Amino acid sequence: MATEPSPLPSGRSQAETTRVGSYLYYRHTLPVRVMHWINVIALTVLLLSGLNIFSAHPALYWGKSSYSGRPPIFQIMARETDDDVIGITSMFGHEFVTTGVLGAADEDGEVVPRIFPSWLTVPGDRWLAMARRWHFFFAWVFVINGIAYLAYSIVSRHLARDLAPGAGDWRSVGSSIVDHLRFKHPTGEAAKRYNVLQKLAYLSVIFILLPLMILMGFAMSPTLNSLLPGWVDFFGGRQSARTIHFIVAWLVVAFVLVHVFEVMVSGFWNHLRSMITGRYAIHPEAPK
Amino acid sequence: MKLRTAISRRRFLRRALGVGGAFALSGCDALSQTQWFPKVLATGETLTRAVQGLVPRRALAQEFSEADLSPRFRSNGTAMPANAQYLALAAKGFADYRLEVGGLVEKPASLSLVELRALPSRTQITRHDCVEGWSAIGKWKGVRLSALLDAVHPKPEARFVMFYCADPMEADGSSPYYESIDMDDAFHPQTLLAYELNDTTLPIPNGAPIRLRVERQLGYKHAKYVMRIELVQSFERIAGGKGGYWEDQGYEWWAGI
Repeated sequence: MATEPSPLPSGRSQAETTRVGSYLYYRHTLPVRVMHWINVIALTVLLLSGLNIFSAHPALYWGKSSYSGRPPIFQIMARETDDDVIGITSMFGHEFVTTGVLGAADEDGEVVPRIFPSWLTVPGDRWLAMARRWHFFFAWVFVINGIAYLAYSIVSRHLARDLAPGAGDWRSVGSSIVDHLRFKHPTGEAAKRYNVLQKLAYLSVIFILLPLMILMGFAMSPTLNSLLPGWVDFFGGRQSARTIHFIVAWLVVAFVLVHVFEVMVSGFWNHLRSMITGRYAIHPEAPK
Repeated sequence: MKLRTAISRRRFLRRALGVGGAFALSGCDALSQTQWFPKVLATGETLTRAVQGLVPRRALAQEFSEADLSPRFRSNGTAMPANAQYLALAAKGFADYRLEVGGLVEKPASLSLVELRALPSRTQITRHDCVEGWSAIGKWKGVRLSALLDAVHPKPEARFVMFYCADPMEADGSSPYYESIDMDDAFHPQTLLAYELNDTTLPIPNGAPIRLRVERQLGYKHAKYVMRIELVQSFERIAGGKGGYWEDQGYEWWAGI
């Protein structure tokens, strides 16, 4: 991020010019913007192809194997009766009817067994071999992009300057929570910095969730298991690792939903432009 | 005025996201059907195999204790080969079964179950990981494939071991299952031709009389109902040319992930 405010180029007739004292500030550097959008594409494909892969055996277990004498902790299934198909989702032994969403879906007027709706998977139809190709290709895109991002963030001091919370951040945790709950967003100089909750959210995703997801992906590989036999048991065993991989994927989805929500309520077009051109409009603080 | 702009923007955005999303997803399906795009995706596998090179080829798969055994070892795919020749062998308890070993070897062999059991064996409790996502833990006893190969003297040009099986994969009795592994995996200490599962004779649903155990790879590599072994330099001209039944259907030949 540049620190000096750049003067508003003449000829701009956007909303921000209507407010006296507004100017465009260079918020996101080109590498960050490019890597952000590569990440959007990679994580989207990883999620959708992952759901197709999960459909091949739509059950989750805790332990080293799937067949230990204990039932799955989570399962999506289709129950077919004489003239009907019912989608069932079970969790910790409790069954829920989820026809239309999970287990069974309406396709061209007929209810058929389907773990996830076809619009939520890549490819749309159950096709494990192809889903794996998509998944592993974009896993590499994601990992290489992530390594490049970390290297760039350390070298350019993006991490130290923009993401690492400072002493003032820790003192403002309480007020930041209140601000978020009231949808109150900073203006003026304060809008140039990430707030403390934002920093903590980004850091948790970058340093906890995403590495954990990659590690749990490795834990499912029988060859990588042999690198250091038994390391997978640290996470409860291979089937536990698969369950963690699935849960973390949804935690990342939850992060994305909150992230997009915050972007929408704090000036969608301004944020979107700053992630495309790098320029973010700063509006002066309202007069006291 | 401002409010209306905001609303129309919002509506435009929602439509753009909806149409864009649907287009992108149907685009993924269209790309999956092309000849070229899956090949682009397969470059990921090249990287994966390069990284696999970092794992020592002799590294052992994790072994487990009796307490970890799955109560019933799941049978997947074929449970009873629809093959008259096989059924005739099964009816006599595989007394007439002979494993043919040939191809690029100095001393081709044909071994009965009794002869196979006389070769050096290994017993191991390992986890079987299916490409579908499930795992089961079983105790296997079988001939070390390395011992069998030492007995037939592979020629230097042999690069792969092919396993031809008794189970047809098509309803009309065609497309017998087959698999292949490289010489590193063939000589790996845990690679077995298993004839026992959980201290009993290998049941038919699990691949009687002989199934391959190639620990450190996914379940579809562990060919069941093995009838013939052939050492080859290349599998390009065998069946679909990809080295195995599922490989010919688009699955990776190297199934370590």
